[in-house]
Amino acid sequence: MTTFARFWYRYASPASFYPLAGRLIPVFATLAVLLAAAGLYVGFFVAPTDWQQGEAYRIIYIHVPAAWMAMFVYLVMAFWSAISLSFHTRLSAMMAQALAPTGAMWAFIALWTGAFWGRPTWGAYWVWDARLTSTLILLFLYLGYMALRASIDDPRRADRAAGLLALVGAINVPIIYFSVQWWNTLHQGATISMTAAPKMAETMLTGMLLLTFAAWTYTIAVALHRVRSIIVEREAASGWMSRLASPERPPAADGSAPSGAAAR
Amino acid sequence: MLDWLHMGGYGFYVWSSYGMLALAIAIELQALRRHRRAARRRAEELRAEQAAHAAPLRETNG
Repeated sequence: MTTFARFWYRYASPASFYPLAGRLIPVFATLAVLLAAAGLYVGFFVAPTDWQQGEAYRIIYIHVPAAWMAMFVYLVMAFWSAISLSFHTRLSAMMAQALAPTGAMWAFIALWTGAFWGRPTWGAYWVWDARLTSTLILLFLYLGYMALRASIDDPRRADRAAGLLALVGAINVPIIYFSVQWWNTLHQGATISMTAAPKMAETMLTGMLLLTFAAWTYTIAVALHRVRSIIVEREAASGWMSRLASPERPPAADGSAPSGAAAR
Repeated sequence: MLDWLHMGGYGFYVWSSYGMLALAIAIELQALRRHRRAARRRAEELRAEQAAHAAPLRETNG
């Protein structure tokens, strides 16, 4: 087995992932704070005023990262749901479950900041435009996913039902992304594209990318924190969890230290 | 400073956006803490139940 495969096998188990996640949280949280501070500094004090939109454009620094994260987190959630549905792995379903609330938050922030950017630039907080409407549907998909999961008592059945919803809903993500090309919309086209030079000043781009990475690392830290609580909820009855909670318990019959169960 | 907060007349829109993000993050972090507390409490209860069931067994085993 390759080292890579061994890594995956090892950390696919909630028992070994739990302590690893605990060690990773402070790393990602620290990165998120530093990147956010740097991004806000560049965005507000280094980047120039937009010649057309004045200072209102500064909403871009959180609007674009939030919209990207809303779409990206959904795809990651759908990915973990697909893994969970095909291999019946417990941890992947828990990861999907842990990502949903943060994805919903990003979708909400994308809509909210879009409204407060749209008012001064378009003259309206909301229009039933393809981009805006498909993003609103994304928010409803997140909320529907969480509501469906909460309505099913058996966690394994909730995994399957919610996982299916996550997969089917993933079709909405390319619709959002390409909506500005497919339909004649009020929303502007992509500012950043893989195939063309960015249509914005370099310092503006730097600030936006820094805040995008801040949003990434924040989401990872929060999802890891939430998945640990979910593991505690769902694995509380299992042996490894009680050993983890009470290290003063005598060693197991095979002589291994009780803490070994968590670190293994 | 006040001039900066004014954001060239767009202060209301800019700070409504950033303010909501700050609020959303604050709410999420608070929810995370609550979630962890609730999960740990529930696990503690479950362990107490298990221990209560296991205790008579251990006694009979001597």
